[in-house]
Amino acid sequence: MAKIERQHPIELDAEIRKRSFKEVTDGFDEERALIEASRCLNCKNAPCRQGCPVEINIPEFIGYIKEKKYFEALAAIKKTSNLPSICGRVCPQESQCEKYCIRGRMEGPVAIGTLERFVADRFLHEDIEVKMPERIGKSVAVVGSGPSGLTLAGDLANAGVDVTIYEAFHEAGGVLVYGIPEFRLPKEIVKKEIENLKKLGVKVELNTVVGKTVYLDELRKQFDAVYLCSGAGLPMFLNIPGENLNGVMSANEFLTRVNLMKAYKPGAATPVKIGKHVAVVGAGNVAMDAARTAMRLGAESVTIVYRRGKEEIPARAEEVRHAMEEGIEFKLLTNPVRIEGDGVVSKMVCVRMELGEPDASGRRSPKEIPGSAFDLECDTVIVALGTKSSPIISESAPELEVSKKGLVIVDEDNKTNLDNVYAGGDNVTGAATVILAMGAGKNAAKAILKMFEGK
Amino acid sequence: MFDILKKTVITDNVIEYVLSAPKIAAKALPGQFILLRVDEEGERVPFTISDYDREKGTITLLIQTVGATTMQLAKMNEGDCLHDIVGPLGKATHLDADKILLVAGGIGVAVLYPQAKHLKSLGKKVVCVMGARNVSLLAYLKEMQEVCDTLYVTTDDGTYGEKGFVTNVVQRLFDQDKNAFELVFAVGPLPMMRAVCNVTKEIGVKTVVSMNPIMIDGTGMCGCCRLTVNGVTKYACVDGPEFDGHEVDFNEVINRNRYFVDIEKEHVCNLTGEVR
Ligand SMILES: Cc1cc2nc3c(=O)[nH]c(=O)nc-3n(C[C@H](O)[C@H](O)[C@H](O)COP(=O)(O)OP(=O)(O)OC[C@H]3O[C@@H](n4cnc5c(N)ncnc54)[C@H](O)[C@@H]3O)c2cc1C
Ligand SMILES: Cc1cc2nc3c(=O)[nH]c(=O)nc-3n(C[C@H](O)[C@H](O)[C@H](O)COP(=O)(O)OP(=O)(O)OC[C@H]3O[C@@H](n4cnc5c(N)ncnc54)[C@H](O)[C@@H]3O)c2cc1C
Ligand code: SF4
Ligand code: SF4
Ligand code: FES
Repeated sequence: MAKIERQHPIELDAEIRKRSFKEVTDGFDEERALIEASRCLNCKNAPCRQGCPVEINIPEFIGYIKEKKYFEALAAIKKTSNLPSICGRVCPQESQCEKYCIRGRMEGPVAIGTLERFVADRFLHEDIEVKMPERIGKSVAVVGSGPSGLTLAGDLANAGVDVTIYEAFHEAGGVLVYGIPEFRLPKEIVKKEIENLKKLGVKVELNTVVGKTVYLDELRKQFDAVYLCSGAGLPMFLNIPGENLNGVMSANEFLTRVNLMKAYKPGAATPVKIGKHVAVVGAGNVAMDAARTAMRLGAESVTIVYRRGKEEIPARAEEVRHAMEEGIEFKLLTNPVRIEGDGVVSKMVCVRMELGEPDASGRRSPKEIPGSAFDLECDTVIVALGTKSSPIISESAPELEVSKKGLVIVDEDNKTNLDNVYAGGDNVTGAATVILAMGAGKNAAKAILKMFEGK
Repeated sequence: MFDILKKTVITDNVIEYVLSAPKIAAKALPGQFILLRVDEEGERVPFTISDYDREKGTITLLIQTVGATTMQLAKMNEGDCLHDIVGPLGKATHLDADKILLVAGGIGVAVLYPQAKHLKSLGKKVVCVMGARNVSLLAYLKEMQEVCDTLYVTTDDGTYGEKGFVTNVVQRLFDQDKNAFELVFAVGPLPMMRAVCNVTKEIGVKTVVSMNPIMIDGTGMCGCCRLTVNGVTKYACVDGPEFDGHEVDFNEVINRNRYFVDIEKEHVCNLTGEVR
């Protein structure tokens, strides 16, 4: 077996990209893709597949790349995944498919995600002709237009179901449009996916808050089934003094202003303020996105404040590397205790943490080091601690069973306690990943079709 | 989709818009609001639904021209179309008392008017104090006169009604009869609501206020509209917009609403400039 190094995608220089909203990486060109594909050993039992939540037949699609049969490669991916241009970009591959790749033990795992993206991107601008599938006389309402809803809508529309997506915002795409920034996932890709769905007859009703504009019980009367996939969009705060000072905001607010409301464009109607020194609390994907966005808006310094250590950082490895290259500082084992300022934040008081003995779950939990308090000067604080699910739907439909945390309770078919009502994605799992939300959409679509056949 | 069916100039800087929005009209209740965007690049701005007609499928907004979006709106005409409207958002007003005093400052009448109508329809006695800086800024005067059993009007400069602030009247009414009202519902600029709350707190009568912090999504997703109520953080868009005025940290909301003033440049006063 020849030793071939893992190929690296083409990336914009860190000094240039840290002030630009252009996509950071262009992925593979054909030459690199072919070299990278040649690294795949076409393993019989394909351990990589067990790491992919939708079990893409990885050796099959990579095999087609080797033969330059790109369309076949895409078809192989699309058998189990609907949004490869997106997943190839945002999946945490190092903890999913690539984690299990045999090559990982040698010179690094096959760059499965980047290859997936390479294949999908080749057809992004091609108008693949779609034949309107034959209608089966059934209709489904989808509540939320994030990856879970888009996936389910695609599968059902392809099976001839009349699908209507209801979205609270004025634009469809969920976190893909309001959360994940342009430099990581160009919005044009999401738009394209939604256009493709429309070609399949899917209707999208924007500016419609289910639970306010229409109620769940109305949808249940109007449609043969309902899929709830409203995500987990409610931001959590630190609950420390000074959190309501000006200059303190949730990552959701910051990213929504910038991504959805395009506040990064000069003269945009929606304002955003970014100070000179920005502190971002948290170290997940959301925190990385907020920190890198702040840098792109011209901050002089951006500091990530995280109470655990490097090993525990939950963000994708690539985002952490990119953030470091772009000059984001990391203050690990650091926890904010208080925010101070005269109307507007001027500093955040933090304490240093150390990792204690492993707890019952084996995780070493951070403990405050007494007397370690210090001031972090900053004029903007962005809180990226995670999100929980919105109560708007369950409040207006008390018969729907939800957990104490407000997450919708479902069975293995993603069915809720209500007849013909299914749910999936972040509103079932809590904030998770695009591919898991997509997987739930596929599972629910299958179950709904089965139910339709049964009737 | 969201056509402007009727546009009426009410006062110097307040315009009434009747919009076609059947889905929202079907669900709207007094106290709820919508968010609108004028065009594809527009900001999402909140306005109270001051009236609705379920049959005609229309909602009415009473809008004070204070900044970029409201100026853009002021330039639009009947037949023009708004890009999007989402709603109805927030919780409906729920006033649980028989003897209620309504207090409107400036544009706050947009919230009070539907409430007055609602109370009247329930057969309750409607008593209201409304005020503005001067007579040219008194919106819905005629409408309020029609619906109220008793209406007190103040202007800061005395160009109409009593000279002075609404709080003077509120104080007087309670001075005359300490038990005249079980509940006060005050809506207007933040400093006006704060002033009313200061008066009623002394007297010890519960006071509900309608908060108007800066909003983005209006569905609890950004936390931009958060305020402190009784020491706890609440979101005005989903937990409100109405709260117990004696529990609201007004200074904090006033500070937060100022954050973008330098960017919005336009008007510092907005709601706060009308009545103090
Ligand atoms: C900033 C950020 C970065 C992320 N980065 C990554 C990453 O790199 N990799 C990864 O795998 N995952 C990432 N995630 C997580 C991932 O985006 C989510 O797990 C995924 O989008 C969940 O999909 P969903 O379809 O369940 O919900 P969402 O994408 O949240 O979509 C839900 C939609 O429902 C709408 N909605 C809500 N309530 C209602 C209602 N009452 N009526 C109508 N519509 C409603 C919302 O407006 C929204 O559009 C990130 C998340 C964020 C916020
Ligand atoms: C629930 C709710 C109901 C409202 N109902 C009405 C109504 O019925 N009629 C009406 O005229 N106005 C109402 N408002 C206020 C209205 O939303 C603001 O006046 C509007 O956002 C101003 O937009 P603009 O672009 O014209 O001004 P901008 O240029 O954005 O702002 C002008 C000034 O107003 C401040 N400001 C910005 N947004 C708000 C806000 N949401 N609230 C208060 N001040 C703000 C700015 O800091 C600036 O000082 C309501 C607000 C809320 C939250
Ligand atoms: S969808 Fe995600 S986990 Fe699955 S193969 Fe593609 S990149 Fe890997
Ligand atoms: S484990 Fe790695 S080498 Fe083996 S089939 Fe999967 S991608 Fe190819
Ligand atoms: S406006 Fe975003 S949470 Fe209230």
